[in-house]
Amino acid sequence: MEIERDKLLAMYRTMRRIRCFEERVRDLSIANEIPGFVHVSIGEEASATGVGAALRLTDRITSTHRGHGHLIAKGGRLDRMMAEIFGRRGGYCKGKGGSMHIADFALGILGANGIVGAGLPIATGSALAAVIQGRDDVTVSFFGDGAANEGAFHESLNLAAIWKLPVVFACENNGFGEFTPAQTVTSVADIAVRAQAYGIPGQIVDGNDVVAVHQAAAEAVARARRGEGPTLIECKTYRWEGHVVGEHAMIGTGQYRERAEIEQWRARCPIARMEKWLTERGLATADVFEAVAGEVRAEVEAAVEFARASESPDPKEVAEDLFV
Amino acid sequence: MEITYLKAINEALHEEMRRDENVFVMGEDVAELGGAFKVTEGLLDAFGPERVIDTPIAEALIVGAGVGAAMLGMRPVLEMQFGDFISCAFDQIVNTAATLRYRHGGLASCPIVIRAPSGAGVHGALFHSQNPEAWFTRVPGLKVVAPATPYDAKGMLKAAIRDDNPVVYFEHKRLYRSVKEDVPTGDFTVPLGVAQVRRSGDDLSIVTYGGTLHQALEAANIAEREDGISVEVLDLRTLLPLDREAILAAARKTGKVLVVHEDRLTGGIGGEIAAIIGEHAFEYLDAPVRRLAMLDTHNAFSPPLEEFILPNTAKIVAAVRDLWAY
Repeated sequence: MEIERDKLLAMYRTMRRIRCFEERVRDLSIANEIPGFVHVSIGEEASATGVGAALRLTDRITSTHRGHGHLIAKGGRLDRMMAEIFGRRGGYCKGKGGSMHIADFALGILGANGIVGAGLPIATGSALAAVIQGRDDVTVSFFGDGAANEGAFHESLNLAAIWKLPVVFACENNGFGEFTPAQTVTSVADIAVRAQAYGIPGQIVDGNDVVAVHQAAAEAVARARRGEGPTLIECKTYRWEGHVVGEHAMIGTGQYRERAEIEQWRARCPIARMEKWLTERGLATADVFEAVAGEVRAEVEAAVEFARASESPDPKEVAEDLFV
Repeated sequence: MEITYLKAINEALHEEMRRDENVFVMGEDVAELGGAFKVTEGLLDAFGPERVIDTPIAEALIVGAGVGAAMLGMRPVLEMQFGDFISCAFDQIVNTAATLRYRHGGLASCPIVIRAPSGAGVHGALFHSQNPEAWFTRVPGLKVVAPATPYDAKGMLKAAIRDDNPVVYFEHKRLYRSVKEDVPTGDFTVPLGVAQVRRSGDDLSIVTYGGTLHQALEAANIAEREDGISVEVLDLRTLLPLDREAILAAARKTGKVLVVHEDRLTGGIGGEIAAIIGEHAFEYLDAPVRRLAMLDTHNAFSPPLEEFILPNTAKIVAAVRDLWAY
């Protein structure tokens, strides 16, 4: 499948936006300007981007605790995301949800989610609603290798399979469920093979190759849209940063992986890889990359300023939105 | 027309599905079989397989998928075949559904109803007898209801389906075919969050709900007839949010309150009711608030064991006499 140059450049920009946004979030978290726990997906931008680029506005996603990339890839606003991560009233959730619970229903973002695996049933239900409502919208559920060991994963794949629901299960296998190497707690080397148990297609894709991810996702989305049922895609990637930003202060360093392993994966950076790919094909040059990087930096800085300028919620608001 | 509690629920489902095409029913054996208790009988024929859906035995998924569908404008009614199985869906209810609106800052609503056939006295043993309402009554964002009469069962289910918040609807299995009542044929709802005085009295108030309402009413009649004690009976109907004013009114009126429920004693809603009365009507009390509830054990199978642990009419009468004598 040939991908148009505009789309390729848009994907490049999306990866840049995710990277820049999350590096800023990481640094602001370490600087204690952002409260609480943040989980970044630095190094994993290709999976969110390649899948997101296969979706249209009315398609939907469910995301995870490590969801900034998914939300950005589906069109989430950086300023309102950043304000939410800051816990401010101008954030998507008025400061009630934080990094792990950002949603924008108008954009089809059914929510990041702080419970591992919780998005899978929601995505399955969203796909069911599409069928009942006679719409050809597709729902993508992003989840990690950890969620693939939750019951919700198996219940959802089974149901989506028997009813041929328009849902794509996008597993980002980043090597670690929190602080535990995935291979030590997972029955199979490739989560994608679990698709066979449910009689649906399962595909392994190089999760650091945005073009490959996009092609796989586009096929799966098209298949779902045609009413042919779900697909499980496993994007093999790697989490450069810790489970949670600042974890070294809690658990020390070198607890569960070697520095050399991280360096190996840093050398496979999905953004550098796409730059090389675009350059080799004569589709873009270094000045294009620099221009994008500069624009994205300015956009992220504006988002930070928006968040800083946004008020903190008033304690009087704490019981609002409990009930309709 | 006189209908059973079960028929009342069935009629509510038919009427709400006719009224609103976004309402659909999903659960284990709800379509072809019409439900293990026949509560959903006839729905498949009337509304077809896209709106009356048999699921795998996967309670977490039933609720989680229901939430996903609700985000897209549907109004699912989700059946837990036995209320005991609701624990498999606990995370989906208390984390996913109850917090949905709040955690997204009011952007979303979650109009789902979870129907949970609950209650003991049918020799169902440990996992087909429970009254798990108190697991949910401390979770803001949920509404928790437990109707006791056919009229309420119908009107409250219709109200629950029309409510934009997640509602856990406990229907007591023992009442399905044992309780009948004249229920109007026209459209009506019973508001959630409003208790009702079922029997007026001056000497002592019983506060109860669900299956034990009927035992409490019998007990009140016996106490009046045999001991001359005038007993008021308040049916809570909704457990979250509690009708605090009705509870306090009952306490202020008689000064002696007996809370009765089939849920376990410790951590049951009775403790909360006693605390509300203690905090806000202490000076009206002539006796400590008493509780009569299931013993703090499990739902044992053997009939004499089950009989021993559950409240019943005779035990309520004894508790009324004891409190009256205080």
